[in-house]
Amino acid sequence: MAGVLFFMDDARRLIQFLSMKKKGEAVWKRPRCESMEEFQVIDHCLMIRLPEEVDHHKAGFICEQADQYIFRESVDHVVFDFEDTRFMDSSGVGIIMGRYKKISCFGGKVYILHADKQIRRILKLSGMDKIVEVVEENK
Amino acid sequence: MERKNEMLLEFDAISRNEGFARVAVASFVSSLNPTLEEVADIKTAVSEAVTNAIIHGYENLYGYGWPKGGTSGHDGPFAGRTDGDEAGTPADGSDGAGANEDVLIHDGKVRIHCILEGSLLHIEISDQGKGIENVEQAMEPLFTTKPELDRSGMGFAFMEAFMDELQVESAPGKGTKVYMKKRLGQSPWIGGED
Repeated sequence: MAGVLFFMDDARRLIQFLSMKKKGEAVWKRPRCESMEEFQVIDHCLMIRLPEEVDHHKAGFICEQADQYIFRESVDHVVFDFEDTRFMDSSGVGIIMGRYKKISCFGGKVYILHADKQIRRILKLSGMDKIVEVVEENK
Repeated sequence: MERKNEMLLEFDAISRNEGFARVAVASFVSSLNPTLEEVADIKTAVSEAVTNAIIHGYENLYGYGWPKGGTSGHDGPFAGRTDGDEAGTPADGSDGAGANEDVLIHDGKVRIHCILEGSLLHIEISDQGKGIENVEQAMEPLFTTKPELDRSGMGFAFMEAFMDELQVESAPGKGTKVYMKKRLGQSPWIGGED
């Protein structure tokens, strides 16, 4: 139980950091050995910054990369950052669902940051909002 | 009398064209001054239908070779080819020319036909791919024939939710035709009180 609480705390810290970063108050030092800026592992959390358009064309690459990180580094939680994303279709739901399946059996959680109205709507329609945590932005 | 506007678009079944297709349709309806939500709905629905045509209708095989004159029940681009054949071809020194003779390069097209009638948008997206055996089952939310590809199975559910009307016509080997209708300018905001 203590372990779970510890990880929960990690995720919360990360989310706090992200909201600060958006306001331009924090500077994050890039962790070592990262090839792609879109994928970062911070405190056992895999941070995925999604592209502007999340469709089937981009989904294959994102899934492949994310799975590599999940298996190579000991990832407990996955955070999807939709800050740059203006379009998403069911392929995006597939990406989230696939990652959720891979980590939920080990007690991992999926967080979603900066989802705009349309993305929230898609998450709601597909029922994803029940299994992942859509983080509300505190303004 | 309501004015009519029509558009026909045909493109190669490659995943790179998905973005182009939805932006093209969104631009086509822009003369009606649709709301941002309506544009987003149309883009999502078009993207779903086009993606379905590319990865399910044509099994994402654009540019691969299909055996020419093969049986109707071919299984893939390299059906009928065996390791023995591959080892044997280089001996002729003309495997390139040989491939052209035996293999028909798959060049499937996706077709989008849009008609604007006043504020009513009709979209028909068709392919000449393998078709759907059981349309009712395919339209069930979360049903997918390709779970290994991280597909959510929500394609038809989204099309249904974002458009006013959805009809799917398909038979195995006959391709698929997806017809969607949406009235612009008076759509309620579905599924979000936030």
